[in-house]
Amino acid sequence: MAALLGRSCRKLSFPSLSHGARKVSTETGKSLNLYSAINQALHIALDTDPRSYVFGEDVGFGGVFRCTTGLAERFGKNRVFNTPLCEQGIVGFGIGLAAMGNRAIVEIQFADYIYPAFDQIVNEAAKFRYRSGNQFNCGGLTIRAPYGAVGHGGHYHSQSPEAFFCHVPGIKVVIPRSPREAKGLLLSCIRDPNPVVFFEPKWLYRQAVEEVPEHDYMIPLSEAEVIREGNDITLVGWGAQLTIMEQACLDAEKEGISCELIDLKTLLPWDKETVEASVKKTGRLLISHEAPVTGGFGAEISATILERCFLKLEAPVSRVCGLDTPFPLVFEPFYMPTRNKILDAIKSTVNY
Amino acid sequence: MALHLRSSSSLLKSTLLNILRQNLGFGSRSHVTRHIRQNLPHDPPLRGSRNPIRRFCNTVAEPETLSSFGQHEDASNHQVMDFPGGKVAFTPEIRFISESDSDRVPCYRVLDDNGQLITNSQFVQVSEEVAVKIYSDMVTLQIMDNIFYEAQRQGRLSFYATAIGEEAINIASAAALTPQDVIFPQYREPGVLLWRGFTLQEFANQCFGNKSDYGKGRQMPVHYGSNKLNYFTVSATIATQLPNAVGAAYSLKMDRKDACAVTYFGDGGTSEGDFHAALNFAAVMEAPVIFICRNNGWAISTPTSDQFRSDGVVVKGRAYGIRSIRVDGNDALAMYSAVHTARGMAISEQRPILIEALTYRVGHHSTSDDSTRYRSSDEIEWWNKARNPLSRFRTWIESNGWWSDEAESDLRSRIKKEMLEALRVAEKTEKPNLKNMFSDVYDVPPSNLMEQELLVRQTVNSHPQDYPSDVPL
Repeated sequence: MAALLGRSCRKLSFPSLSHGARKVSTETGKSLNLYSAINQALHIALDTDPRSYVFGEDVGFGGVFRCTTGLAERFGKNRVFNTPLCEQGIVGFGIGLAAMGNRAIVEIQFADYIYPAFDQIVNEAAKFRYRSGNQFNCGGLTIRAPYGAVGHGGHYHSQSPEAFFCHVPGIKVVIPRSPREAKGLLLSCIRDPNPVVFFEPKWLYRQAVEEVPEHDYMIPLSEAEVIREGNDITLVGWGAQLTIMEQACLDAEKEGISCELIDLKTLLPWDKETVEASVKKTGRLLISHEAPVTGGFGAEISATILERCFLKLEAPVSRVCGLDTPFPLVFEPFYMPTRNKILDAIKSTVNY
Repeated sequence: MALHLRSSSSLLKSTLLNILRQNLGFGSRSHVTRHIRQNLPHDPPLRGSRNPIRRFCNTVAEPETLSSFGQHEDASNHQVMDFPGGKVAFTPEIRFISESDSDRVPCYRVLDDNGQLITNSQFVQVSEEVAVKIYSDMVTLQIMDNIFYEAQRQGRLSFYATAIGEEAINIASAAALTPQDVIFPQYREPGVLLWRGFTLQEFANQCFGNKSDYGKGRQMPVHYGSNKLNYFTVSATIATQLPNAVGAAYSLKMDRKDACAVTYFGDGGTSEGDFHAALNFAAVMEAPVIFICRNNGWAISTPTSDQFRSDGVVVKGRAYGIRSIRVDGNDALAMYSAVHTARGMAISEQRPILIEALTYRVGHHSTSDDSTRYRSSDEIEWWNKARNPLSRFRTWIESNGWWSDEAESDLRSRIKKEMLEALRVAEKTEKPNLKNMFSDVYDVPPSNLMEQELLVRQTVNSHPQDYPSDVPL
């Protein structure tokens, strides 16, 4: 059932306009990589709100990934500072700062090290507003952490822990796919009145280069984007994985399969409507993420779409994900949900 | 090093301390000085002003410049070396710092066991008005606790935890603070709210989770919170509030408020990672936060001997560079004085303070606990009678002519009546509407919650008998 007249050019859909957000996807700007785009967002955030702070391990000199370059020099060491090596302290401190009406932009050096802060995130940040009857909130808290495969990271520099956080009512989880997206999404996260965990694909810090508008702009949360239109199968992903999926879509197109690719962007709360509308059109769904397949966020998407689109489905939902092992070093190329795995899954889903 | 300091003359000691002070820089921040920093007008010297950054600059051992260190006179064995973190003197002796001092840190108290003022004691004077309010609030807290406890036993309340025996810590500490000081409690400090004006009715509303509960019926009893009174909502997780308090203190510091953050926790809480994280952060950030530990001897059934092996909690402050004091938590006047003094230091010097208040948990851990299963009732009884914080303070205020038997019985009968009425009203008040289950998870309910609310309402419609009838739909 391959669509023979597949659209060969990429079509970008525009994010819906809210909060006065401008149409950013066609704007030009400076060519920036991911860490520079994030750096710009942080500069803007601190510049536009004098009660905002950036802190974490090693952020003072610019951070191990250079995302915080220039901030301490420009805004002072009272607003941009190193913390002791203690994630539970960093996040706990950030919650207290946010609870007093400040914007606390916290950096966790690698997502692999976020777990000591898990108690603070789940039991304090996520419940702060609810348990107080809305007398208090720590909405000004944003936690940034580099996540994902980097080619040589092994167990403790490659993890994708988003699924743990998607199971926590009260926080938001956001993952950008590119520099331009990252800047707009990060500013939205910082200004969103709820605590947010923002995972940055470290693989793209230097690898991804894109035109990024230099002004202050925000991309709305909880709105997925169809970044490639198609008719035969819907693919859903986030972060760095989308680049891989895009390549698989191009490969599939050569074989006459028209793929629709969706960037979820916000995993919690996620935009079910956009995915549902797409699957009702295509009748097929494939989800891909680096995190291990069992209990991964793909399972949530699959279950929800089954509930909503059962009779429209032509094939089972396919998940092309990381394997159920700790992230291996030498075996990384075998572990990863690569382009050929995705292509194979597209074909078997279409030929089901 | 510590042993040398104690045996030195005081002049030598202060000279040495000055040298150490100048050299214990915040090494990691010198990275920032690589870049030329502009003198920005909005960048006040709020941090590190007392300890200028002096990273090590000399890798060669220098001869010691002081005349002597301890007993040894041979100068060639005494060198001072620069390491990251500052200069340290060398010693050729293999000597370990003892795991504890031979004497325990003394406990500050002002009133003796009989409520008599100890001669030459230092304390902060309280006015009659404040002293009478302290005492009255201790009595109120005691009565409130007893009545709520009984209500739970009678099945009217699902759960309760008393603060019996710790009234002086609760009330006297609150009295020494101002309403602008922000409180991060554990769960045994309702007295702080009481002091600030939370009414018996408001306490009862939360315990019954009715529609007047500020927490909207979401949490168990005693999980109070009041933004009006600057008292952050209780969460049952132990010690998680400590790092939060440090962040809040930093906010006060940056906003240049004449206020501090105060956080309470028990002896058990000091074993949690968050305790260590918080103290370390507070010291590094130079945050105006007061850590008040209610060392009441028990963490549910765990005595302090199974909790830590240090000389209590007070000595842990020094490990983090925090000024600390041990106080008799059952001496309201000492508690008041210690907290008052600590607050002054915390704000004027922008530093954290650790207060270990020694006391005893007279009540059970909570209504889910029967502490006679792990401790003798004699022990409980002794602390309740002979070491009672209320009677000691009462003796003192009576000796000043500020209290009487008549005032006592008037107060007790009034509070008891008020309390029973508050219970009655709270019990009769309806629960919050079901929609309150779905609000405040986020600032605005997301679509999944709106969907779920519809589904729940449908289910309740179809099977009303399976759902509590006192929750309005």
